[in-house]
Amino acid sequence: MEHHKGLLKSYIIGFILSVILTLCAYIPVAFYVSSKHTIFFHEIIIWIIFILAFVQLIVQLLFFLHMGQEAKPRWKLGVFISFFGIILIVVIASIWIMQHLNYNMSLIHFNNVMKYGEGF
Amino acid sequence: MTTTIALVKQKKTLLETFVNDKVVFGFWVYLMTDLLMFGVLFATYSVLHGNIYNGPGSNELFNLPFALLETMILLTSSFTCGLALLAASKGVKKYVLIWFSITFLLGLAFLGLELSEFTKLVSEGNSWRRSAFLSSFFTLVGTHGMHITVGLLWMGICMIKLWSKDLTENLTRKLMLLSLFWHFLDIIWIFIFTIVYLLGAL
Repeated sequence: MEHHKGLLKSYIIGFILSVILTLCAYIPVAFYVSSKHTIFFHEIIIWIIFILAFVQLIVQLLFFLHMGQEAKPRWKLGVFISFFGIILIVVIASIWIMQHLNYNMSLIHFNNVMKYGEGF
Repeated sequence: MTTTIALVKQKKTLLETFVNDKVVFGFWVYLMTDLLMFGVLFATYSVLHGNIYNGPGSNELFNLPFALLETMILLTSSFTCGLALLAASKGVKKYVLIWFSITFLLGLAFLGLELSEFTKLVSEGNSWRRSAFLSSFFTLVGTHGMHITVGLLWMGICMIKLWSKDLTENLTRKLMLLSLFWHFLDIIWIFIFTIVYLLGAL
């Protein structure tokens, strides 16, 4: 019975935290858009929403997927970390390579180069 | 004496035994490969995000409050799915059915909202053929929507099984796998919400 109470508690805490984190990410972006991009700095908002997304990832893994309750050896955690590493490499490296090797592919970068950068 | 110890050991709840179950671990590895696929789709989207080919960009297309509504619906359905699993662990069949029905309806509402967004985009001429950005958008969000559809089908089948049969240990394990899948889809959606909708609006 105690275990069930703990589980219910973990679901409720996870749900409330997720709602709060989602709103914390949403509100600055909504303000930024409605204020015609004047209140905050662009980069800071990007950092904030990415950090909040990762915090929410950890919250949901702990409270919804019960990753902390696993007995040793923690195979699930090991598999998760190795896959997560591969994903980080794939995503970050793809963006990095495409932004640096091919000016024609990324329009934002192309515009920045033409406006502020070295041009062609 | 030994039997008492065995009984004390067996006093674990079903959920506790399943956390370390081999089948659940196998399903977890499948979920991670799925995560890898979504990771590649996210990479594709990030790379092609700027290639709008004189079409509309992400800050003109997406409706932020609409995306927030979708997020909240999916989050709530993830929560009720957890409550359903809790009821299954207690062995109360009625509450399992009730909570899974609520989850099912919320999932259906989410899918409906997503499809209405897609139809709106396509009817305005912004389909996947418009630009590379929209192709990658439809691939990423559409793949997630397809997973939701499969999850809903699976949930429906589980509910019919539960309706007609008893809540056996085997069925409880299946429900556990289903709930893992559903929570996993919610985690993917957090990143779609962050990268596609929030970042797209900036």
